[in-house]
Amino acid sequence: MAPGNPTTLLAELTHRCPLHCPYCSNPLELTRAHRELSTEEWMRVFTEARALGVLQLGLSGGEPLVRRDLEQLIAHATQLGLYSTLVTSGLGLTRPRAARLHDAGIDHIQISIQDAERESAERIAGTRSWDAKMAAAALVKELGVAFTVNVVLHRANLDRLETIIDLAATLGADRLELANTQYYGWAMANRDALMPTRTQVEASEAIVDRAAERYRGRMRIIYVLPDYYAAYPKACYGGWGKHYIMIAPDGRALPCHAASQVTTLTFDRVTEHPLDWIWRESPAFQAFRGDAWMQEPCRSCPRKHVDFGGCRCQAFALTGDATRADPVCIRTDDRAIVDAALAHVEAGMEYRYRTMGRGPGQGERQVRTDREQPPNGAVVQPLSSAAAGASPAVDPRSGTASPLRTRA
Amino acid sequence: MPLTATSRPALWRLARMDFDPVRRRRVLLYPEGTIMLNATAAEILDLCDGERTVADIAATLSARYHTDVSQDVTECLSRLADQEVIRDGAG
Repeated sequence: MAPGNPTTLLAELTHRCPLHCPYCSNPLELTRAHRELSTEEWMRVFTEARALGVLQLGLSGGEPLVRRDLEQLIAHATQLGLYSTLVTSGLGLTRPRAARLHDAGIDHIQISIQDAERESAERIAGTRSWDAKMAAAALVKELGVAFTVNVVLHRANLDRLETIIDLAATLGADRLELANTQYYGWAMANRDALMPTRTQVEASEAIVDRAAERYRGRMRIIYVLPDYYAAYPKACYGGWGKHYIMIAPDGRALPCHAASQVTTLTFDRVTEHPLDWIWRESPAFQAFRGDAWMQEPCRSCPRKHVDFGGCRCQAFALTGDATRADPVCIRTDDRAIVDAALAHVEAGMEYRYRTMGRGPGQGERQVRTDREQPPNGAVVQPLSSAAAGASPAVDPRSGTASPLRTRA
Repeated sequence: MPLTATSRPALWRLARMDFDPVRRRRVLLYPEGTIMLNATAAEILDLCDGERTVADIAATLSARYHTDVSQDVTECLSRLADQEVIRDGAG
């Protein structure tokens, strides 16, 4: 099946990061600094991406600000005419640095916030970070570029959803992305501690709906539902290898930021092949294009062109077979796997914080967090940010994270 | 924000129009979003300056094409307004 042109490239410039978030979606095996692509290599990738049709560039990580060549990379993207988005924790964004990013032509900056209050936010991030984030938000606001606040939602912050939304508005965000945790990478190791309760999820929708109305025209709110609680799976990026390319810090090109956990696939590197070949010809990008790969119940399902069988990475993570239906789907017997995970929700609340070079169980810090009062909390709403029509525009209600964001 | 004939649509401050030489068509770019524009939509957006009303835009394009295109204009602008990429400059 011949692919069209991709619209979006996410460049994960580094895995280095000052935060230790328990929901980090980066792979368990992090790439060390010396294996990261060089400035010249990244610039060549952006040029190749533009020639391939990419219009939107996300600069993410890890924390992209730890790359000292970030300004240079942004300037190159600007020259190519790419719409550039920086996805940052805010840590390291000094006034001079902000001015340099602006001069280089950055279009849009996203800052992650972990919660509406310092103590809980820093417990989730696993480090002191509140003051730096508030200062970074003020700097971005001063620059006048598009400003998004990103919040990953989970059991420990959902009860403060309304306050979180008001905080984002106070910070002057043009957009607020409220994304329930998706269970890949490190987040899977913390799934029991992160999974919201059904009560929280149900309460959240009304809160978001009300807030969307309240802030209409001032702050756009995007809500990503937790897919474990949905009946049908998310339509990942509008289909595998259709609109989106992610480049890992070591140069591996992936159709999705979680794809590296699909260990049955081999991902080619931009240091060894042209991006054009990777997009059109490489086995990994072709693996789940179209629907020939599908098994039942997907193969004969009327929804197969709606959600494309759901998330391949999640199917692999939960069943060991990436060609099965996403187990979130109520039409597959594998749904029992998801239901079993949900039955665990009231289990422990211990976070496994990630640090560079340590896998789960290899001596990572473990901190017992406050046992959160479950019910009646807050939270969330849906407003489509999806650009109807073109692009990786994914319906936020389907539970798909926005294309440029892999972590907050 | 439902548009009316007297609305004065303007492009969202954070959106910009561009030409994509790869697809050979104009595109609208904004945070986390891309809209591929057809020729008609691009012409309509060119007139969304926050000064002209929807009625003005329809009249201008109807004159240009010697036929009444007001329904096309209204439909196109309503879709873009639903996506919040144009705002009412008068409001």
